Amino acid sequence: MRTILVIIRKEFLQIFRNRAMLPQIIMMPLIQLLILSNAATFEIRHLNMHVIDQDQSQASRQLIGKFKASNYFELSDFSFDEKHADEDIMQGKDRCILMIPKGFEHDLMKEQHTKLLLNINAIDGAAAGVINTYALSIIQNFNQQIDAQWINQQQFDQQKILNTPYSFWYNPYMNYKTFMVPGLIVMLLTMVGMFMSAQNIVREKEIGTIEQINVTPIKKAHFIIGKQVPFLIIGLVQLTIGLLVARWVFSIHILGSIPLIYLFATVYLITLLGFGLLISTMVDTQQQAMFLAWFFMVIFILMSGLFTPIEAMPQWAQNITKFNPIAYFVAVMRMVVLKGSTIKDILPQLTAISIGGLVMCSLATLRYRKRDG
Amino acid sequence: MKLTGENIIEVENLVKRFGSFTAVDNISFQVRKGEVFGFLGANGAGKTTAIKMLIGLWSPTSGKANVAGFNLFTEAEQIRKNIGYMAQRFSLYEDLTVIENIQFYGGIYGLRKNILKERAEELISELGMESFRKELIKNIPLGWKQKLALSVAMIHKPKIVFLDEPTSGVDPITRRQFWDLIYNAAEKGTTVFVTTHYMDESEYCDRVSIMVDGRIEALDTPVQLKKQFNAESMDEVFLKLARPTEVSSKQ
Repeated sequence: MRTILVIIRKEFLQIFRNRAMLPQIIMMPLIQLLILSNAATFEIRHLNMHVIDQDQSQASRQLIGKFKASNYFELSDFSFDEKHADEDIMQGKDRCILMIPKGFEHDLMKEQHTKLLLNINAIDGAAAGVINTYALSIIQNFNQQIDAQWINQQQFDQQKILNTPYSFWYNPYMNYKTFMVPGLIVMLLTMVGMFMSAQNIVREKEIGTIEQINVTPIKKAHFIIGKQVPFLIIGLVQLTIGLLVARWVFSIHILGSIPLIYLFATVYLITLLGFGLLISTMVDTQQQAMFLAWFFMVIFILMSGLFTPIEAMPQWAQNITKFNPIAYFVAVMRMVVLKGSTIKDILPQLTAISIGGLVMCSLATLRYRKRDG
Repeated sequence: MKLTGENIIEVENLVKRFGSFTAVDNISFQVRKGEVFGFLGANGAGKTTAIKMLIGLWSPTSGKANVAGFNLFTEAEQIRKNIGYMAQRFSLYEDLTVIENIQFYGGIYGLRKNILKERAEELISELGMESFRKELIKNIPLGWKQKLALSVAMIHKPKIVFLDEPTSGVDPITRRQFWDLIYNAAEKGTTVFVTTHYMDESEYCDRVSIMVDGRIEALDTPVQLKKQFNAESMDEVFLKLARPTEVSSKQ
């Protein structure tokens, strides 16, 4: 037991003696949280739209007015021919083209149906989907208004029998930051923990001190635990900072139990640090450790459900996420912080991450050899 | 010098191969309790490989060995409790102070707090390092670092201490002081197993073995070796032993 404390003390001495370390641990995650929470959003505003109004009627102007008033679209260009509009799309000046053909109003009045053309630059498919949704809702709104005003004034509107009211739970204003911040906190303490632990043992290999430790009667498990605890404490400090920023800067109130978050974070960090130390025992240089850590980090983060929903991934990819610790923590953070989930609700995740932790720490301990070859 | 005659290290047909290369080729020898045993050889002769097997850092390919009364293959943890080791590469933490390094290594060896405190004070005053106490290791001169490393390697009062080229790169005065420390330890009953390629240092040893190409080619007291090879100095003994292989390696 005492040898564990001896190692913990030594690690902390080294961490705090390194002047670059403290800013790295506290400031970097803070800055990342403030920047990324504002940048990582699917909300799209002020989209440049090119309008080709060949009808020049009251109805077409009314439709254009709706787009203008929506805040989502910026009517940047007007013209009468598609060639000009195409050029603007090619140059990247405009994101979409709204084409109102000649006879738009006439068809609408006399035939009760008409045609519109919406061209969206869909290089970024997700963004194009969002633009499409915005545009459709504006057009539908316009439709209903026309219906009411001009056509079905006396008629009973058959189309509106089926009406689906909706409400958004847990994040009523669909605020993107509310959704992103808990997940981003996970990412920040993950990055620092993973890189620091992956570099740790291999650094002792590089400077040669590991040999001096290996000739002592220290127990392998004590060594691994002693290496893990300092980074675990640092991770929990980072979590605290992240939650405080979420509260004060983003006004996110934690609905669930705070001890539950810390409990899960502790098990999660043990898993993550075990993995980092496992990498550290397997490589010979800090450079190799960084490459390996990056490799897994990129996969873990992109497949964590942080930026894209796991449900949207193909089945094989969803299966992979079952081995992704970040995915569990992102899900749990969102559940507990935003929905107020209890320990009963997150039991499957807690079980999975506990098993992961056990496996990782055992592997790291087994892989750390005091005697080689 | 207390030579009890009892063997504290016994090695029989020890072999270490790396692939097709045999670094240590079937060596056998004994080290007596309390002696200063010189383990000599040119660079690449296999000294470091042999020492790393004896302290349990590398597994031997074959052979038998007992260190401090324990079997090298089955009782490595017991051996670790009873030996100290100072590596060829400097192995104190540069970013910790003198006292922090002492406390760390003493702590890993499981010394109790009060005993450790006592030993640390003893060690610092013996080395005359009071003024360096709170200095980071990276800021103190190499000679001091080496002397400190030796003392730290013996903080737990081991039965045997293994020193792998402890004096390489230090000036002659510091080397002299370093050997005083070694004698000090031997007088207190610690067996010293030291590798070196400074032949003058071998004169300070009770017995000396000379390794050439993974084999032990000679083993005796310096006086006997000089007689046996009809040489004036250990330097000459060494050259006579090492030369034939130098020629053959050039062919």
